[in-house]
Amino acid sequence: MLKISDTEDVIFSPELLSKFAEIVSRYPEGRQKSALLPILHLVQAQYGWVSSIAMDKVADYLELKPIEVYEVATFYTMFFLKPQGKYVLEVCRTGPCSIVGAERIMKYIENKLQVKEGEVTEDGLFSWRGVECLAACGMAPVLQIGPDYTYYENLTEAKIDELIDSLRLKTVDKPQIN
Amino acid sequence: MGRKLLLEHINVPGINSFEVYRQKGGYRAVEKALKTLTPDEVVEEVKKSGLRGRGGAGFPTGMKWSFLAKPDGVPRYLVCNGDESEPGTFKDRYLMTHIPHLLIEGMIVSSFALGANTSYIYLRGEMMPQIRILEKAIAEAKNAGFLGKNILGSGFDLELYVQPGGGAYICGEETALIESLEGKRGNPRIKPPFPAISGLYNCPTVVNNVESIAATVPIINDGADEYAKIGIGRSTGTKLISASGNLNRPGVYEIELGIPVEEFIYSDQYCGGIANGKRLKAVVAGGSSVPILPANLILKTINGDNRLMTYESLADGGFASGTMLGSGGFVAYDEDQCIVRNTWNFSRFYHHESCGQCSPCREGTGWMEKVLHRLEYGHGKLSDIDLLVDVSKKIEGNTICPLGDAAAWPVASAIRHFRDEFEWHVTHPKEAMERNYGLANYADPLPKPEDLHPVN
Ligand SMILES: Cc1cc2nc3c(=O)[nH]c(=O)nc-3n(C[C@H](O)[C@H](O)[C@H](O)COP(=O)(O)O)c2cc1C
Ligand code: SF4
Ligand code: FES
Repeated sequence: MLKISDTEDVIFSPELLSKFAEIVSRYPEGRQKSALLPILHLVQAQYGWVSSIAMDKVADYLELKPIEVYEVATFYTMFFLKPQGKYVLEVCRTGPCSIVGAERIMKYIENKLQVKEGEVTEDGLFSWRGVECLAACGMAPVLQIGPDYTYYENLTEAKIDELIDSLRLKTVDKPQIN
Repeated sequence: MGRKLLLEHINVPGINSFEVYRQKGGYRAVEKALKTLTPDEVVEEVKKSGLRGRGGAGFPTGMKWSFLAKPDGVPRYLVCNGDESEPGTFKDRYLMTHIPHLLIEGMIVSSFALGANTSYIYLRGEMMPQIRILEKAIAEAKNAGFLGKNILGSGFDLELYVQPGGGAYICGEETALIESLEGKRGNPRIKPPFPAISGLYNCPTVVNNVESIAATVPIINDGADEYAKIGIGRSTGTKLISASGNLNRPGVYEIELGIPVEEFIYSDQYCGGIANGKRLKAVVAGGSSVPILPANLILKTINGDNRLMTYESLADGGFASGTMLGSGGFVAYDEDQCIVRNTWNFSRFYHHESCGQCSPCREGTGWMEKVLHRLEYGHGKLSDIDLLVDVSKKIEGNTICPLGDAAAWPVASAIRHFRDEFEWHVTHPKEAMERNYGLANYADPLPKPEDLHPVN
């Protein structure tokens, strides 16, 4: 993943642009605005967040007014409007997870990483936040990590240790599907 | 064990691949529909099956299909609703993860019935793993000639695409979903016009849940009559139930509609009883939006009949003593859980997810969250409890979309059935911070109707 600051210019690579074009082809003529969410996801996967410069470039590409992109990027909770840790641990905090230990897991992560919700660790590797029901309530507690949004289910303190250690070592195995 | 129509092959190794799915009889429904039936005959079959929408509202699928406008020269769309964000619900993600071709097959059959040549499967953005799985399945199906131009020589063309959302519960509401698919904020539209007349790109559109679309496959394969043999009355067929909370065996179960709730909770075929030897305190039977019921009322209706897993039986007694099947998100709470805290948690969720278009919902959900927070943390007043009821009534029925109702019902029902626990938080604030209220009298033998709190 590339990392950019909020003043840095954004130049989409040819590979990324060809993915954009494939996405636009999924909709009828003149309906290219439908490509906005998928493209924002690709931008975030590439850069770790969506900067306003990146949003302007997306607006250009889709022939939209910049405000149409800002509106959308601010409405949907998955888009990060400022830089995050390389790995963002998104922990479900909604009812069914809450009654089987989600709050305990969030506290544990907070203590282990020594950062509050939304903050980034000093080494730039991690941030975390509570999110709403991830459609995995029967495997609670649960978290996921972008940009591929792998689910980590039935969390325990030991599993959190293992996960964070392996991410630190960048040797995280391709985890279970789902 | 009941019959399984959707998950029969879920444990077959490799069933997520086209090859194995096909070996197990997959894509027969496409062959049957495209080669031997007309689109109207498919609609008729689905009507006859009694299938009701599995996304929460339970509207008859065949009837919805027959409302689709068919003006000449205007494309029609089928959009599959895979937003699955209702707390307690995780069946669609499960189905798509393990048996993706069942959804693809259902999409082909349903698109054929509706005359849609481009269809979209909208998944919440968090389901990126499932998006990858479905895209692979689509590529395989296309490769085998089940998608694309002139499928099986029938003259029917279909392109299928998967669209990600961006993290917003409201996009599960069908008109918000359409807005989102058009690349906009997920603000629900004012109805009418209904999507059947003017939906995606202002064209006639059907939005159906993942499970509803998957269910068309066994309906076409075995015939509507076979499907309708399962179940009771207007609750036909099988239903996926997402079971979570304090259960021994949480997970996704395919049940025949009509089994007793008690069997579902306690039988080893299903949830295997309450975890850690605890007792059951309460159940949210159909996703966070439906009224919560205490243990006694979920097991038996107010008249003492066994409560069954059907649309009608769960709703028996109306909101005074009943609830709804909803999306089938079945959350069990044991004796250690705090109803006030859970209600506050759900309120926080609805406030967070309100799109903000209508003031009763935007302001009301925020207000309820705040009041519940102070009750939970020992700063509440007794009058707060009636205040909550009052706010919930002001939201209910006064909003553009049903999210307002969905936010109001959990609060109103929690107070209706657990008022003493709310009062205890006010009268014993210190104690309430240290321990939970426990089971109290909720699991006692069934109260008489006059002993229940009156409907507000
Ligand atoms: C706030 C809200 C959220 C909803 N979320 C979903 C959802 O995640 N999945 C779904 O299928 N239906 C959801 N619905 C219901 C849809 O509006 C619609 O009724 C449904 O997709 C129709 O499909 P069905 O008839 O097959 O159930 C939601 C409704 C509301 C009001
Ligand atoms: S009820 Fe709530 S979520 Fe629905 S349109 Fe109104 S403000 Fe938006
Ligand atoms: S409540 Fe956490 S995944 Fe559903």
